[in-house]
Order: sequence, then structure tokens, then C-alpha cells
Amino acid sequence: MDTVSLTVDRRGELWARLAQVNDPELDEPVTEMGFVERAEVLQSGSVEVDFRLPTYWCSPNFAFLMLDGIREALDALTWAPAYTIRLHDHMFAEEINRGIAAGKSFSLIFDELSGDHDVETLRITFRMKAFKRRQEAVLLGLRRQGLTDCEILSMDLSSLDTARVGGEETEVQKVRYREAVMQRWPGRRGGDPAFVTWEGETIPSEALGAYLAGLRTLRINMEFNGALCRGLKTTRYKEMDVVDGEPTLVDFILDRVPPRECASRPARNLRR
Amino acid sequence: MYKTPDGKEIFVVDGHTHFWDGSPENQRNIHGKQFVDCFYAYHTALSPKDQLWPKEKFEKYTADDLYRDLFIEGPDDVAIVQSTYLKDFYKDGFNTIERNAEMAKRYPDRFIVNGSFDPRDGEKALEYIHFMKETYDIKGVKMYTAEWNGASRGWKLTDPQAYKCFELCEKLGIRNIHVHKGPTIIPLSKDAFDVHDVDHAATDFQNLNWIIEHCGLPRLDDFCWIAVQETNVYGGLAVALPFIHSRPRYFAEVIAELLFWLGPDKLLFGSDYAIWTPRWLVEKFWAFELPEDIARERGVELTSEVKEKILGLNAARLYDIDIAARKAAFAGSPSSVAAE
Repeated sequence: MDTVSLTVDRRGELWARLAQVNDPELDEPVTEMGFVERAEVLQSGSVEVDFRLPTYWCSPNFAFLMLDGIREALDALTWAPAYTIRLHDHMFAEEINRGIAAGKSFSLIFDELSGDHDVETLRITFRMKAFKRRQEAVLLGLRRQGLTDCEILSMDLSSLDTARVGGEETEVQKVRYREAVMQRWPGRRGGDPAFVTWEGETIPSEALGAYLAGLRTLRINMEFNGALCRGLKTTRYKEMDVVDGEPTLVDFILDRVPPRECASRPARNLRR
Repeated sequence: MYKTPDGKEIFVVDGHTHFWDGSPENQRNIHGKQFVDCFYAYHTALSPKDQLWPKEKFEKYTADDLYRDLFIEGPDDVAIVQSTYLKDFYKDGFNTIERNAEMAKRYPDRFIVNGSFDPRDGEKALEYIHFMKETYDIKGVKMYTAEWNGASRGWKLTDPQAYKCFELCEKLGIRNIHVHKGPTIIPLSKDAFDVHDVDHAATDFQNLNWIIEHCGLPRLDDFCWIAVQETNVYGGLAVALPFIHSRPRYFAEVIAELLFWLGPDKLLFGSDYAIWTPRWLVEKFWAFELPEDIARERGVELTSEVKEKILGLNAARLYDIDIAARKAAFAGSPSSVAAE
């Protein structure tokens, strides 16, 4: 294989891996959110990733979990490259980048910064949120298909696999819900119930309304962050200016934030 | 005064406004810059396009800008001005009570200036509460539990030192405690905007009103659960309301939850000026109707009566505002801004 196509393949693999890293609170891929500003495979094979969040104040918990997710994604690359991950313009960027550069494990950096919270607990909380959000989408989808609550709750995983849940987005959520179920209970089979609570309890059909109300408030919270993050991401580094008589948001540091494909960004010495 | 399309006059109390100085001259460090930049990002992300301000004006606007936006072009009758010090980020503070009171003195009937204190200052905080009461006769305070103070990155309403401050507020008749519980910011793991401390403080201080700004979003469920158990907990709609423009269905879900759990007497309008201006918010809110499925799901209604309570009557009750007297006073002496 020639170098060019090798690089192209590796770049494809890199982005595919990164696309599996979710924003833990929003349960959406970091690549979709536009947080990965640049991901580059250099000629030497080594990899550089630049990461930027919507605001300087974004919760360090979330920043941390995403960076850790990226680290795992890069560790899984088939050519096992050396890599650099940099977090930009965040209140803890310096500490985090210095920690990574010093070869510290993410949990060590995190422990130093957070004191009393461990990453694993946090990770489980967000897995629970993702599970519930995906489950709500599927449950509502099935209701919209005209199924009764009783029919929905008596479904097993195999029948869920073949069931139609509605639009494209809901179908995607069905697949992701399935993943969440298998991540939580790796031994589950087709004959096991499709819908149980995060604690593994069955949901009586007469209680589905109340159960869904609980899932809804969780979604409202997550969407609040999602909408803000998206909005802030779109407008960060932009100012209002009048262009052709119209108020318009103009990027005021055009030269500072290169587009995703741009390889010309100068690297700092934070390699590992 | 907001005049509805069918001619009804609605008394508007804007429960959450600011008169800040976030200009580069006043910024102490990078955090000061990033703080006002973040506010500006909120402004640009959620405002309608024709409401956008240039960055420079947003960083530091004049008292005349504020009068015009709130009372002349805007529908506010009375504005509650919140004080936020952030002295670790800004040389003269972001918006101190001195700055707010100076701005407010031209139209004393139009403003209620709230104070602020930091319980971590210990005895000094208590002295400062006395000072604010004596000097400005404050009726309320704004608490910012995520504020940095030296090495500390936040505090809780339940800290013993905070309780001493609230005891003093109660004694002095400073009854309205506005607490910022909003989007997740800092510190690292102990989420300073976690709402659970409200539960204890509201139980232990029954004579104080706890107005939770931003309704604890994104922890709406926790907030609703607490508010439903504590009769003295209220929700301020700042930040939630602007979604009415960019994501109306989402706003409908939020307001339906709030109406279901808290009811129409516990919600307060706030523009969060100058992040947003009140005119478009009030106009859109008045015109807003809950989608039928959401209203049915939660069994709630957003009628004109409910909107009128949220826009002014509820806050007027908390602050003892005599609406008839104020209306008469405003009719006699309309606000104006200095000639340009």
C-alpha cells in the first residue's frame, strides 16, 4: 500500500474511533458536537488531536471523561501510534495538558484536581443517563406505532430487534439502546425482556406513564445542556457585526481556529 | 407595562437584571475575560438575530441603555437588580451594590436593588449585611455559590457560616434569597450548583423566600422535587425563557414541568438583562401556547391569568410592591433617558 492511501485509511480509522466517544452528559458523539477540532495522522504515523469545548467553564468532569474516552479510542488504533491530545481554552486546560504530558494516568490527574470523586462512579452515572434517554426514545416510538403499554412491556429483545419504532432518529436510538442494555447486562439473550429499569426491575404496564415522566425530566435536563452546548459551540469566538445591513455573527479569530481538515496548526511539546 | 395585542395592561416585574462592567479595563485576569465572553456566548446563542449587541456594548453598557431597554422600549415596570461581585475576576467587581444603587437612584420607584454577600468572609459578611441594610435598605440578596474566593471554588447554603448569615437576614427582614442554580460550571466534582442544599436551607429558614434562579437547570427534576415539598421555594425563569425563541417545544416541556410541580404562583419572570432584553421575551411569552399533547400529558394550562402571575404578580407579592400605587406614580412621571 502506498503512503498516501495508508494515511487516508488511518485517518478514516481515527475519525471512526473518535466518533465512538460520547459526550457523557449529552450522550452524543464528540465528533457530532464539533468538539474535535482537529485529528491528524502525521507521516510518521503519530496522531494529534485538538479538543475544544463550548466554553471555558464547561464542567471539568465532562471534559475529563471525554478526554479519557479519546485516550481509549487512540489506544485502540490498529497501528498503535504515539499520540498527542490537547485541550484548548478551558479553565483546567493547563493542568490537564501538563498531566498528560507528564505521562500521568487520567485517573491520577483527575484525582489531583477533584479530590473526592472517582471517574468510575461518574462514568456509571452517565451510562445510566444514556440508558434511560435511549430507552425513553424507544418507548415513545413504540407508543407512536400504536402499541399498547402492555404489548410494549411484554416484548423481549428479539422482538424489539425486529420491531419498527418510527423515524430514522428513533431507529438509531433503538440500536444505541440495545448497546446500552448489552453493556449493562452482557449475558442477556433474545428471550430476555426488552424493557426493565436501570436497576433491572420489571416495569408494570400501569406504571409506565409515571416511569416515562421520570425519563422525561432526565431528558429535559440533558437537552438543556445539549442545546446550550450546541448554541455556545456555534457562537464561541464570534461577535455580532453588521454585514450587508444584517446583524451577523462573525468569527473574530478566523486565523486562530483552523478548520477540521487543516494540518498547519503548530504543535506544542506535549507528546507522550 | 406590557400592553397585550387585545389592549390589556400587564404589570411586569423583571426579577433578574444586571448592570455590570465586564470591560477589559475592569478585568483582573483571564477568568474575567472568559466569564463575560461566556455571557456573550449565551447572548448570541439564544437571542433572535435582530436583538444581537456588539461585544463592546455588551461588556459595558450605560445606565441610559438599561433604562431604555427595560422601561422605554421594554415592558418592565419594576426591575430587580442583582449584585454579583466576582472580585477575584474584576478589579471593581462585576456589578456591586454601589454600582447598582448609583444607577438606580435616578428612578427609585423602578428598581429594587438586591445585595450579595459571601459567607466565607466570616464576621465581615455579617458586618456587610448590616451595612447593606442600613445603607440601601435591601429586601433581598443574590447568592452565587460557585463564586471563587481565594483557594475556595464554591460554597453551600448549608455551610454553618452561611446559616449565620441567613439568621441575620431573617432578623433584619431581608426575606428574598435569590440563589443562582444554573448550568454546570464549576468546581470540579462537588457541583456547586447542585440544588440539594436548597432543601435544607428552605426547611430551616421558613420565613425566607428561596428564589432559585434558572430553576436549577439542568437539574430540573431535583429542583421540582424540592420545590414541591417546600412552600417557600420559587423558580426564576431566567435562561429557561429564551429557549422560547430557538426551541419552543423544549421550552413548553420545561414550563409544563414547572407548572405541574410548582404551580403558577411560584414562578418568576426574569430577563437576565443584559444577556437578554425583556421586550422580545415578554412578547413571545404572552403569545406562547402550550402544544396540546404536552398540556394534556401534564394536565397543566398556560392561560393569560397564569402568564400575568409569572410576569409580575408573583414577584410583586414577594417584594410587597403596591401595583396600583406604582402604576399611578409611573403615569405621572414617565422614564426618560438623557438626550443623546
